[in-house]
Amino acid sequence: MKYIDEYRDREIAHKLLAKVAQRAQHPWVLMEICGGQTHTIMRYGLDELLPRGIELVHGPGCPVCVTPLEMIDKAVALASRPDVILVSYGDMLRVPGSKSDLLGIKAQGGDIRVVYSPVEAVKIAQTNPQRQVVFFAIGFETTAPPNAMAVWQARQLGVKNFSVLVSHVIVPPAIRLLLNQPGNRVQGFIAPGHVCTVMGAGEYKELVREFCIPIVIGGFEPVDLLQAVLMLVEQLEDGRAELENQYSRSVLVEGNVPARRIIDEVFEVCDRKWRGIGVIPQSGYRLRSAFAAFDAERKFEMENAGVEESAECISALVLQGRKKPPDCPAFAVRCTPQTPLGAPMVSSEGACAAYYQYRRHALPH
Amino acid sequence: MCLAIPGKILEIDECNAVRVGKVQFGGITRQVQLGFVPEAGIGDYVMVHVGFAISVVDAEDAQHTYEILESMGLLEAELPPAEPS
Repeated sequence: MKYIDEYRDREIAHKLLAKVAQRAQHPWVLMEICGGQTHTIMRYGLDELLPRGIELVHGPGCPVCVTPLEMIDKAVALASRPDVILVSYGDMLRVPGSKSDLLGIKAQGGDIRVVYSPVEAVKIAQTNPQRQVVFFAIGFETTAPPNAMAVWQARQLGVKNFSVLVSHVIVPPAIRLLLNQPGNRVQGFIAPGHVCTVMGAGEYKELVREFCIPIVIGGFEPVDLLQAVLMLVEQLEDGRAELENQYSRSVLVEGNVPARRIIDEVFEVCDRKWRGIGVIPQSGYRLRSAFAAFDAERKFEMENAGVEESAECISALVLQGRKKPPDCPAFAVRCTPQTPLGAPMVSSEGACAAYYQYRRHALPH
Repeated sequence: MCLAIPGKILEIDECNAVRVGKVQFGGITRQVQLGFVPEAGIGDYVMVHVGFAISVVDAEDAQHTYEILESMGLLEAELPPAEPS
């Protein structure tokens, strides 16, 4: 496929690797933010092909992984109601809540439907006027415009039995938190290309200025990621800290203006809890009051009980790039994609699941 | 979750005042919402995420970048070999 195959070209990848080896005179620790990028790195073994001194650590950019336990429990409670159809992206079904996951509720007869696009959720509401349809709206800035558009369209069409359970997160506050942490090891970031396609470069320019750290907006194919690594290594070796855009075939400096406009119309920024990390100020979206009629948390009475994570799971440290999945004693033993203790083992974009899928046989035990 | 796939716009329609298109991904075609890419026309490639086009692929930019990547080979003789995996 055009714009995919050429970015998986083996020869170009090897040329980039050689160039990184030539330029890297010092060890550097780089973090890719997005779970999709983590998946590509593990799938193609890019971390093992890079020179030894270049370490890739994996960031918190998996929305499925950082959706807090309380939100999963709310979705489970809604899906258990006979009057509700819960509509979700497929990845959320196996994420363990404190007592059950959505798949377990579905097995017990809960009406849970998996969709590819949020507009399908509005259609389900239109064709089931006697039921309440709740869409579990998760994601980063990339997914916020489609989810916002679904709410906006529901209002336009007068679909009153549609609401959304919103657990949206935004990337820059999480980067700021990581950089402010004592003991931070990250010296350069690969910023998430599709988040920046929507939001543009502005917030990342600010981070570069604030922390004097190089950031390269990167794509998702192996050649994209190797080129982004090379650009970071060149900056670090030259003593520069700039924002550069490797993924310029999709990312404009101003982002996608109509998509940003619909986010602003439907959502407002709020504090948000990230699973494994805790509350990060101003790191999420919630519905604006003009759209309160579509807010599932207002429409249905729900408990707001605090819940405990598995004591054994080290996902907090994994999501912050401070530990690698195989550092966890439960990894691939008591914690597998079939029986996950924590969310990074559930989503295929979670760092633990990526290591499980591509590396578990290579690990010493 | 934030994955987006490039596809080629084959047709554009207005459906209840919403701009939608038929977009081809390799061998399959899907209906895609084009509301966020008003500048996109038939034949353009768009990046599609959860059924919405979020950008028009800049063909000129992609071509230019690719040529730079390919031309790296000209320097190859001067470079050390890639580290064995």
